[in-house]
Amino acid sequence: MFSNRYIFTYASVMVIVVAAVLSMASQLLKPYQEMNVKKEKFQGILSAAEVKVSRADASDTYSQFIVEELAIDSEGNIVSRYAKGKQELGDIRPFDIVLRDELRVKQDAKNGKTSRSPLWPLYIMEKDGQRQYIIPLHGVGLWGPIWGNIAFKSDFNTVSGTSFDHKSETPGLGAEINTVLFQDEFKDRQIFDQNGQFVSIKVVKGGVANSSVPPMHGVDAISGGTITSNGVSEMLVNCLENYVPYITKNIKSHE
Amino acid sequence: MSNTKENLFSPKNIKLLTAPLSRENPITVQVLGICSALAVTVKLQPAFVMAISVMAVVAVGNVVISLLRKTIAPRIRIIVQLVVIAALVILVDQVLKAFVYDISKQLSVFVGLIITNCIIMGRFEAFAMSNKAWPSFLDGVGNSAGYGIILIIVAFFRELLGSGTVWGYHVVPQFMYDIGYKNNGLMILPPMALIVVGIIIWVQRTKDKVLIEN
Repeated sequence: MFSNRYIFTYASVMVIVVAAVLSMASQLLKPYQEMNVKKEKFQGILSAAEVKVSRADASDTYSQFIVEELAIDSEGNIVSRYAKGKQELGDIRPFDIVLRDELRVKQDAKNGKTSRSPLWPLYIMEKDGQRQYIIPLHGVGLWGPIWGNIAFKSDFNTVSGTSFDHKSETPGLGAEINTVLFQDEFKDRQIFDQNGQFVSIKVVKGGVANSSVPPMHGVDAISGGTITSNGVSEMLVNCLENYVPYITKNIKSHE
Repeated sequence: MSNTKENLFSPKNIKLLTAPLSRENPITVQVLGICSALAVTVKLQPAFVMAISVMAVVAVGNVVISLLRKTIAPRIRIIVQLVVIAALVILVDQVLKAFVYDISKQLSVFVGLIITNCIIMGRFEAFAMSNKAWPSFLDGVGNSAGYGIILIIVAFFRELLGSGTVWGYHVVPQFMYDIGYKNNGLMILPPMALIVVGIIIWVQRTKDKVLIEN
């Protein structure tokens, strides 16, 4: 028979040993894991601008193409700039901004619970002598978060490419957002109408051709993936609208 | 202990390894671990990594439990088993995230769910609690290999018919698509995994009449 004291001691020792082993493993493996996450982010940003790169080469290719990282506030002012491998303005590297947190800050501000003003990261790429602007996206699908990046041509209006990904959308349905077929639909669509008003791009259920959405501002939704498609639409509005002041101030005024 | 100088690969030990591959297969005969078999078999690569992960957890876990078995109070034996499983699964998950990040993303929650894989608790309770370390190790390897084989067979057919690839390489030639062949999207959905497992069970029972219940 085992006494109660034996059982308590046994359980305590076991828990302490297991905890020690696990925290040691976690500490040892953390740098590798963080590197993977970072490289994946590099890949996502590059793939929006049609630069396909393997995970191993991701950081080199990134520093080769992305010439500037900016962080923009809600009024369109640049508050942080990172270029040529060093911080030129502000104290946070735009790449390290967690978009999900900034969107939460934005939501809090709407509800009157202001803590600080949100910062919006913007990546500027130079490829074949052309300037491209890449905006990271974060939203909600049917089963969990969806995210991605959208790249614009030098007019900051015409889309040159997108990359989307998701955590747990339904395979064959909502999960189709990360296929080339869907992402290519966005190419050459525009987010401002002729009057310069921000309209974003809508993912239209039943097809753009059968709707009142102008073909310039709409793409066909995924059949059977309505909620994910709506999620993409909302994500685009919610993330792109933050950059409108910057675009009107810096890009449109120079046209 | 001197009378236990049994050959490491005695017929009895070999049987521990091979029986779970066919007649005592955890999936097709004992019908355990079905949920993960349905979830991770869309492609071969994740199925393979899942099989290896389960093998690591069962084999090492079986040895640990077998070594501790005389010290474990029966009243807390399930808790001890769970702690061992949970610790090993977290370790496997962390290692996958660090070294095969892409696949660990595809496997997502299912690596964590190895904790609830009935095969593992089943082996700890039925075998490791009453056997020595070496046979327990073989039993763990055998059972997870039996599980892995089914996973790989199912994944092979699902990937081939569902995506036209094997291990990520295109094997269905382009001219087949040109003349109208299409990938079967149904194969990618979980219900098809159940049907494939069903077919495997059917084939196995047709061949091995011993398995047919009266």
